[in-house]
Amino acid sequence: MSTAPPAPNLPGGSCPVPAGHYAQVVLAHGGGGRLSQQLFASLFGPAFANPLLNEAHDGAIIEAQGRPLAFTTDSYVVHPLFFPGGDIGTLAINGTVNDLAMCGARPRWLSAGFILEEGLPLDTLKRVVQSMRQAAAAAGVLLVTGDTKVVDKGKGDGLFINTAGLGILEHPVRIAPRQVQPGDAVVVSGDLGRHGMAIMSVREGLQFESSLQSDCAPLAGMVADLLAEGVRVHCLRDLTRGGLAAALNEIAATAAVRISLDEAAIPVSEPVRGACELLGLDPLYVANEGRFVAFVAPGDAERALTVLRADPLGAAACRIGTVAAAPAGLVTLRSQLGVERVLDLLSGEQLPRIC
Amino acid sequence: MKFIDEFRDGRLAQRYAQAIARLVRRPWTIMEVCGGQTHAIVKFGLDELLPKTVTLVHGPGCPVCVTPVALIDQAVALAGRPEITFCSFGDMLRVPGSRADLLSVKAQGGDVRIVYSPLDAVQLARHHPTREVVFFAVGFETTVPANALAVYTAHQEGLTNFSLLVSHVLVPPALRALLTSPENRIQGFLAAGHVCAVMGYAEYEPIAREYKVPIVVTGFEPLDILQGTYLCLRQLEQGRAEVENQYARTVRRAGNTRAQELMREVFQVVPRTWRGLGEIPQSGLGLREPYAAFDAERRFGPAPPTPDDAGECISGLVLQGVKKPHECGAFGVRCRPEHPLGAPMVSSEGACAAYYRYRSVPRG
Repeated sequence: MSTAPPAPNLPGGSCPVPAGHYAQVVLAHGGGGRLSQQLFASLFGPAFANPLLNEAHDGAIIEAQGRPLAFTTDSYVVHPLFFPGGDIGTLAINGTVNDLAMCGARPRWLSAGFILEEGLPLDTLKRVVQSMRQAAAAAGVLLVTGDTKVVDKGKGDGLFINTAGLGILEHPVRIAPRQVQPGDAVVVSGDLGRHGMAIMSVREGLQFESSLQSDCAPLAGMVADLLAEGVRVHCLRDLTRGGLAAALNEIAATAAVRISLDEAAIPVSEPVRGACELLGLDPLYVANEGRFVAFVAPGDAERALTVLRADPLGAAACRIGTVAAAPAGLVTLRSQLGVERVLDLLSGEQLPRIC
Repeated sequence: MKFIDEFRDGRLAQRYAQAIARLVRRPWTIMEVCGGQTHAIVKFGLDELLPKTVTLVHGPGCPVCVTPVALIDQAVALAGRPEITFCSFGDMLRVPGSRADLLSVKAQGGDVRIVYSPLDAVQLARHHPTREVVFFAVGFETTVPANALAVYTAHQEGLTNFSLLVSHVLVPPALRALLTSPENRIQGFLAAGHVCAVMGYAEYEPIAREYKVPIVVTGFEPLDILQGTYLCLRQLEQGRAEVENQYARTVRRAGNTRAQELMREVFQVVPRTWRGLGEIPQSGLGLREPYAAFDAERRFGPAPPTPDDAGECISGLVLQGVKKPHECGAFGVRCRPEHPLGAPMVSSEGACAAYYRYRSVPRG
């Protein structure tokens, strides 16, 4: 059934070698954890290697007639299509807007590609398009080109959307993982885990009573405010799939620094904590769609917090840690009991536990 | 969060650590039975708060880890059949069988679903009468009542397309097996609070008496574990060997008697093979004859032949508390969560996964 290699015959043990190297794609390849990283490092990275891609950022900074532009793309597959606090349409706009914002750009133009499954009710599509229209207006972007394809019934999950975006860099600052330096303050724009737990609360088979809403929102306004106020921003990253832990591990690896966090300072709301405790999940690995982490120069943390908290989306912003030099590539967490531990990437999807 | 934060108070934890340091005069080795406790210990660094002379060894209480390869292979085979919707707790999906895991079956088009409760699987069976719905019933006494209820409900409703692949195991026979092993070095146990919430703790009293080991029924939060450790060490220092209940906010001596009645209605005690530990007599549960129609192994035939367990993994020694995960030569080198050599590196309750996830880098 599997094409995994057979177990080598080693003496003195008690467990066989399992199917650890997947010969086919599994869900965890898209989960934002170690398998996603390996897929990029072993396949996409080498295949397309170039200096812009190698920056490993949310988007690429390209030059067009001497003007720096940010360019990004993302695909949206979510089940169910409509969830508390948003739908696939709001995600498709805000997700790409946020990737541009994380480059320090002002998002301007988006494309949209729709992959529709035969049999999708047109009313569903209309609702999604209305959401996209409203989200685009709120984020100040224009949807300027698009494409539609229809696949046979059973060949898609109702509706997939891809959006790409262009934004203008209005400030002459380099915002990228490699700009992160020892001493930088680590700031998050709000409490964590709302989107992932809101989706989980309505998913088939996992329904639980909850008033949780997704945090899905455009982040470009807060980023523009930070830059306009002259806060020395070194890196920004929105905390989507894989959550805070995945984002920080990627940045620590790319910037070759250590990021140390104070667990007690990391904001997680009571409903998210409760749902996570119940399901055996760690909120630091749960997806967000309206939160980002900012690395700012040592003296600028307070100013950054003041700017962020002035925006309703950033009301719960706080400082959660500091960047150090060594050991490079490591994220550590000081627990409430004062013991330091590693905050690692997940190897696969975060799966609910047994008991 | 209420009922959580009170049990993670850093100041109180330090006070317990100091009390333990004042109490201990000799070296002691204590086993926490449950994998959930192992993870809390490693995640919060509780063992680092204890005196060097107190060793916590990690027990076999990880249902994923002790499920034998043959049953995983059986699950993989069933999940690959076109007429079957295979339902499981999420934890089981990554556990390696001899050739594949359930996630690969899912990737190849098998209908594999993660559910939170076996009753969700019954619901699927109700709504999809043309599908054969099989639920992978793994776990210790904690998960048995819900599975018993699922079978009981399906029986009452006359559902003919629902069955269980049963791999239930029991804690007390495992404790006896550990204590009679020639390699045993365990002097006291922290018993698993959730198992005792169902079963009570009267059945541990003869074990404490016969083997002269203190057994403390313990919860899962940092302060629970520190208090359980304190109570266990106090018994050891005073030369007592009794069953004490640290987790009194949840556990009664008699346990949940209604749940036990339902368990006895549906299940009976049978011998079971444990991955890493071998066959232990009277250590598991199987369906009683009146419910035999709900037994997936009977319905779909016996498991495919499985190659003998062989390899570099020392999970048997880890599950018996004889070795710690980092004492394995493959740990973190050839055995990692994305390429596990054995189940303890996979499960969210596995000791190796806990060490890798929280301690993969040398402490400094």
